[in-house]
Amino acid sequence: MGTVDVEAVWRIESARIVAALTRFTGDFGLAEDAAQEAVAEALVSWPRAAPTDPAGWLMATARRRAIDAIRRRTALKDRYALLAADPAIDDDIDPDKIDDDVLALMFVSCHPVLSREARVALTLRVVGGLSSEQIARAFLVPVPTVQARITRAKKTIAAAGVPFEVPPVGERRERLAAVLSVLYVIFTEGSTATSGDRLLRPDVAYEAIRLARTLAALQPDEPEVHGLLALCELTAARFPARTAPDGSPVLLADQDRRRWDYSAIRRGLAALVKASAHGLGPYGLQASIAAAHASARSVEETDWDRIVVLYEALGRVAPSPVVELNRAVAVAMASGPAPALAIVDELIATDRLPGSYLVPTVRGELLARLGRRPEARAELELAARLCANQRERSVLLHKAAALD
Amino acid sequence: MSKYMLIMRGTDETNAAMMASIDELMATTRQFIEDTVKAGVFLAAEGLDDPGKGVVVDFSGETPVVTDGPYGETKELFGGFFLLDVASKEEAVEWAKRVPAVRGSKIEVRRVPEDDEVPQDSESSGRV
Repeated sequence: MGTVDVEAVWRIESARIVAALTRFTGDFGLAEDAAQEAVAEALVSWPRAAPTDPAGWLMATARRRAIDAIRRRTALKDRYALLAADPAIDDDIDPDKIDDDVLALMFVSCHPVLSREARVALTLRVVGGLSSEQIARAFLVPVPTVQARITRAKKTIAAAGVPFEVPPVGERRERLAAVLSVLYVIFTEGSTATSGDRLLRPDVAYEAIRLARTLAALQPDEPEVHGLLALCELTAARFPARTAPDGSPVLLADQDRRRWDYSAIRRGLAALVKASAHGLGPYGLQASIAAAHASARSVEETDWDRIVVLYEALGRVAPSPVVELNRAVAVAMASGPAPALAIVDELIATDRLPGSYLVPTVRGELLARLGRRPEARAELELAARLCANQRERSVLLHKAAALD
Repeated sequence: MSKYMLIMRGTDETNAAMMASIDELMATTRQFIEDTVKAGVFLAAEGLDDPGKGVVVDFSGETPVVTDGPYGETKELFGGFFLLDVASKEEAVEWAKRVPAVRGSKIEVRRVPEDDEVPQDSESSGRV
């Protein structure tokens, strides 16, 4: 009785506490340090005597630590004297302001002055409330690496004089795109692990979904936020069917669709409706493609013509060779392998995806469907050599061997 | 991460107390839901009507028997739920503590198992 889990409270409160403290002190790095000190104190003192209001305790303690730090600084620089002399600032959080402050926190954590790795680490730490250990585990990097990234990021933000604010209207779109891209990087790490021997890491993907939901609640009028959320929900809905019991990947065509998470699909489709208000952006288009799959009972019953159109639209708003390759796959399903092979060969001729195992994977599949088996086999073997994920590599070799 | 259902359990007394301060309770509940939405953990929530207006379908006999609610011997009545998508059981418990509830009521915290945790039929598995 009476035990309070520090980590659980911190997960719920971290963004609000760091946001409020940054507003209070004007110093993001100091706010984050003070909040971490409060967590460290809670880990020591709560098991002995649990506070009746754990969230309030964390906020008050972090605030005290922030004031201590300012006092130390004042002694050195004789600044902030007024602030430090008046620690009786209202503890009540104004709900309207705190929402803007949490939003500002997301924008600061994803600021363009930071490296991509730093943005990811900082966002998970200050907005998501994850510890360095948890972030290290999520991205399969050593704990000191994460700590160094966060320390450096805070210095960079201070040195660049990044203001703690929701960006002005003129910059808003571009800065929001940066936030969305950080969340998508986190999601992708969970949905197609770039390293390690596991195909999926749902815990990592979950963090991205959670952050995307927060962002959607705070920026409800931004269609692409809902587009990203829809894309994440609809993609994660397929997780239960994406791996076989032995951990090997199961391709979309072979997935047992009864195992898809239909409540996640429903949430994804609802988010997609909100994303579609004024024409779809890149995330909304990708979500629409995921929705076309999610709404089909089988590969055969999938509306491939619609998917081709969506890939064409995506290729216009966010051109990329990966989109072209996916369009080729959709064209193969809608119109047969020959026109699809032409798209892939064009990609190869222009060398737009050098070294990617995906190009020979798709080319191999198309050649196999055209009955050109020896060529297909050579392509799949090439794909296996280029593929870094062990699980996927063995699937490719298996397919190549079946073409003998 | 896991889904947890926070199940509200009340008695006749807590239900009466709830109705006495229903406006305030509705407002605090809306605030609680808003907090969970902004924390990115909200999935669903529903509150149920007066148990006296419900019926019970009883499978004790050969065929189901329908009787008017409430529930005979049952002391604690299911009044509604919140479905949350959280990182841990501890976090679900922490949210449960914040649910606006009248004194004397209880909240049961139950996990929704993942698809692959549901026990497979031992007869069919292992044969293929």
